[in-house]
Amino acid sequence: MENILSLLIWIPIMGAIIVAFLPRDNENLVRYISAAITGLEFIVAIVLWRAFDPVNGSMQFMERYEWIPSLNISYILGVDGLSLPMVLLTAMLFFIGVFVSWNIKKAVKGYFALYLLLNAGVLGVFLSLDFFLFYIFWEVMLLPMYFLIGMWGGPQREYAAIKFFLYTLFGSVLMLIGILGLYFTCGKTFDILLIMERAPEALNGVLWWGMSAAKVIWVLLFIGFAIKVPVFPFHTWLPLAHVEAPTAISVLLAGILLKLGVYGIIRVNYGIMPDQVYWFAGGLAFLGLVNVIWGGLCALAQTDLKKLVAYSSINHMGYSLIGIAAVVAAGEMNGGDLKAAQAGLSGAVFQMFNHGTISAMLFILVGVVYERAHHRDIDGFGGLASQMPIYTGITALAFFAGLGLPGFSGFVSEAMCFIGAFPVFKAIVVLSTIGILLNAAYFLWAFQRVFFGELNEKYKDMKEINGMELFTVIPLAIITLFFGIYPGPYLDLIKATMDQIIEKIAFAASYGIM
Amino acid sequence: MTNLQSLEFFIPEIILVITILACLITDLFLKKSKTDLIGWVLGVGLIIVGLSVYNLSSVPPTTLFSDMIVIDPFSSYMKIIIIISTLLIIVASWANGELSKYRKGEYFTLIGIMVVGLFLMTSSIDIIMLYVSIEVVSIMSFVLAGYLKLNTRSNEAGLKYVIYGAFSSGVMLFGLSLVFGLTGSTNYFVIQEAISSMDSSANPALIMALLMIFAGFGYKISSVPFHFWTPDVYEGAPTTITAYLSVAPKAAGFAMIIRFFHQVFSDSIALSGNTVGYTDLPWPEIIGILAVVTMTLGNLVAIQQESIKRMLAYSSIAHAGYMMLALPVLSIDAVESIMIYLFVYIFMNLGAFFIVIIVKNKTGGETFAEYDGLGWKMPIVGALMTLFMLSLTGLPPTAGFVGKLYIFKTLVGAGSDFLWLVIAGGINSVISLYYYFHVVKVMFLSGKRSDKLSYPPSLMLGLIIFTAVPSLALGLYWNPLAKWVKESLVFYSQAM
Repeated sequence: MENILSLLIWIPIMGAIIVAFLPRDNENLVRYISAAITGLEFIVAIVLWRAFDPVNGSMQFMERYEWIPSLNISYILGVDGLSLPMVLLTAMLFFIGVFVSWNIKKAVKGYFALYLLLNAGVLGVFLSLDFFLFYIFWEVMLLPMYFLIGMWGGPQREYAAIKFFLYTLFGSVLMLIGILGLYFTCGKTFDILLIMERAPEALNGVLWWGMSAAKVIWVLLFIGFAIKVPVFPFHTWLPLAHVEAPTAISVLLAGILLKLGVYGIIRVNYGIMPDQVYWFAGGLAFLGLVNVIWGGLCALAQTDLKKLVAYSSINHMGYSLIGIAAVVAAGEMNGGDLKAAQAGLSGAVFQMFNHGTISAMLFILVGVVYERAHHRDIDGFGGLASQMPIYTGITALAFFAGLGLPGFSGFVSEAMCFIGAFPVFKAIVVLSTIGILLNAAYFLWAFQRVFFGELNEKYKDMKEINGMELFTVIPLAIITLFFGIYPGPYLDLIKATMDQIIEKIAFAASYGIM
Repeated sequence: MTNLQSLEFFIPEIILVITILACLITDLFLKKSKTDLIGWVLGVGLIIVGLSVYNLSSVPPTTLFSDMIVIDPFSSYMKIIIIISTLLIIVASWANGELSKYRKGEYFTLIGIMVVGLFLMTSSIDIIMLYVSIEVVSIMSFVLAGYLKLNTRSNEAGLKYVIYGAFSSGVMLFGLSLVFGLTGSTNYFVIQEAISSMDSSANPALIMALLMIFAGFGYKISSVPFHFWTPDVYEGAPTTITAYLSVAPKAAGFAMIIRFFHQVFSDSIALSGNTVGYTDLPWPEIIGILAVVTMTLGNLVAIQQESIKRMLAYSSIAHAGYMMLALPVLSIDAVESIMIYLFVYIFMNLGAFFIVIIVKNKTGGETFAEYDGLGWKMPIVGALMTLFMLSLTGLPPTAGFVGKLYIFKTLVGAGSDFLWLVIAGGINSVISLYYYFHVVKVMFLSGKRSDKLSYPPSLMLGLIIFTAVPSLALGLYWNPLAKWVKESLVFYSQAM
């Protein structure tokens, strides 16, 4: 148990090396070994979850080793209520993703080696508590992603891959500058927990170019994370990357990689500079609103089913942003409403998980129909309901979950985000309900065009969804339904950590807004 | 120290000169096809030189030959960098197909003489010595760049190099004479003292002199606006020489700049304590601006190149810019970051050039078209080239990232005056990603699985693996390097 977090990171790295040395002609062996490695990973994640103490809001299972003493770089890992659900989601989606990628034909070995490397990078970001380590994992994700989109993607894959790479690298370079700023102001250390402790005092009154250094660093880090979320206006890489990526990679991109952005904002920006939250929350909520409306409008305009789901991700991440902005309700000047802050932040973190499962489901289902029809044009289908009843049923379920129908987990988390934000950002919450309307409109309209009406003659022999595809979707559907009806277990898991973050932010209000 | 006493500390150079003579004599007895043997002579000689440099690295800093050159840990560090890159180039020269039509005796001998010049560049503390050492290096470079006498491109490279070299060293000489006229001495430390006692009415003349001297230095490290020779010379010269010119003279050039600017044109604490030095003269700002222009121009023009060799030439201009970013900060941290950058830069840059040699030997070309689908046909070469490109971009976990991290760290730590340099550097690394990954794109993203895999000859394979290992390993664990650099940060200095 002692090194369980290292185990989580190193299993996929070792796996990637093993896969790279397998014979390249035995493709099935590569697939089975990858499934076994991600399966093992998933089991370790479940063991971690069972051993995790939800009452304790601080870091657990900490590991700490010296690495580069001359720069005070250490190898520090830890998990808390914010990262644990993300770790579980990651392990699960990567396991499912292997089966979604089962039909990959081109260079199978390379695909799975990069896939496992991506897995290690994502888990590393969620688990590392040293900025240097965090940054390394953050960047390690880029290269596999570049190849996975660029080599196994659709017709515009090369452009999509480099655009994704350039955008994210731009963000991470700014992030690096922000991290170095913290390194120097907080006593030359990369230890995130230590910086959290020192930062409020150390950053107080430090000026860069006549501006408060804390604000400059906040913005540098925020842009880095915002590109990942993606927050409008940094979102343009996302639809392209999604459309061009192979199905499994879209699943992971929407399901996990977008969550890294929000995770980073909560862990780094909120954790280190809680006092600046008050300064930025209004802007954050506004950006959330723009995401909701813009994403919704764009989704409505799409004719490509996958692009529609991609824009729906932008729309859904908007709710999360509004939710995390709601924590300012905890400040004295906003009435010290801890309940609202609690609802907003928990809602946002819950929304991250729910969007992870729901969008994964949506992308898998789009992949299923693409596999058969080789196109994703919404208007090019019609009447599929009579041909593929089971597929239609499951897609209906996923679409309803996506549009936030009560009874599905998405409803609970979106409602929590709104409830939390309402006391502070009334106008924004009221306006963003338009987003819900758009949300319902684009999903239902697309559903109608694809599944109802007359059966398109071309597709009268379309095969029903098969066993392996069902195997990848059903667990996600069950999770969505379960948390829609009974969100208690999830909220209990994260509560202690959320309380701690809110407490810190509420306390930061007392030493003032600069 | 008197001349006779100095000889004891001049052993590395003496061994080097004996080696060079041995090279010349051996060449007389060899047939054209056997001249690779001279590379062995030079290589073995250089290893012995390296050992004696290492042996001398622990002596207390002192001056030799009546204050002409110094011996201190900093110069030993630079000398070892130069030896490592020379050895790699010697091995690569055996396998470089371009050279197979020529006798290589003079080729190796000239490289040996160049090493002497580079050694003197890293350690001179007298402006006459400085000029002589630069000229030794330059003249050898002219000949080596034009070594492929049957190739017009190579001839053009040699001629261009001579013209630019003659011009910029003339300008530099004029600048040096201004300094001599103002201060009455050729010794760095006397000059420093004289300048610190001058009032500000001398500043215009000093700035004039500084700019002119920088023309000579900038030409050696290929900084804008003295970079015009770089692309043509790099393209025309034999690839091994291109690779050599992009690392060794650059390292020596930076050593010279650090000694000359930090030591002479600032207060003496810049290289001795933890404090940041100070100067009245605006040269840090000028170099800062030149650094940004150098990077940006190198990167923007590199994007448009068709030939990978030429792209790497522009990329090496950009890398000079990254290293120059740290020059305006007058602190020991800045020197440390340049030293680390130089060390990691050797491996990643030479590795990329070695792959150019492999591909040229195989296909006869250097353009992107020759790299089409290379990753599928030669998987090891493709994978290692990807690693070098990653490292040159500066992405973790590669050594290139560590170099950039140190440069950025120095600038952020030096306060908000230098923040604009960090941001310019950061944006430039994003730009550079585009063209470095253009190579990766061509190698992997286009092309199909081929059933016949091919591998480079074992000598070249060994070389690229040898350069790839540090390019990756130093990105994950560079503690020994950091320690070595820290120990080497001792400069000879005369307390005023």
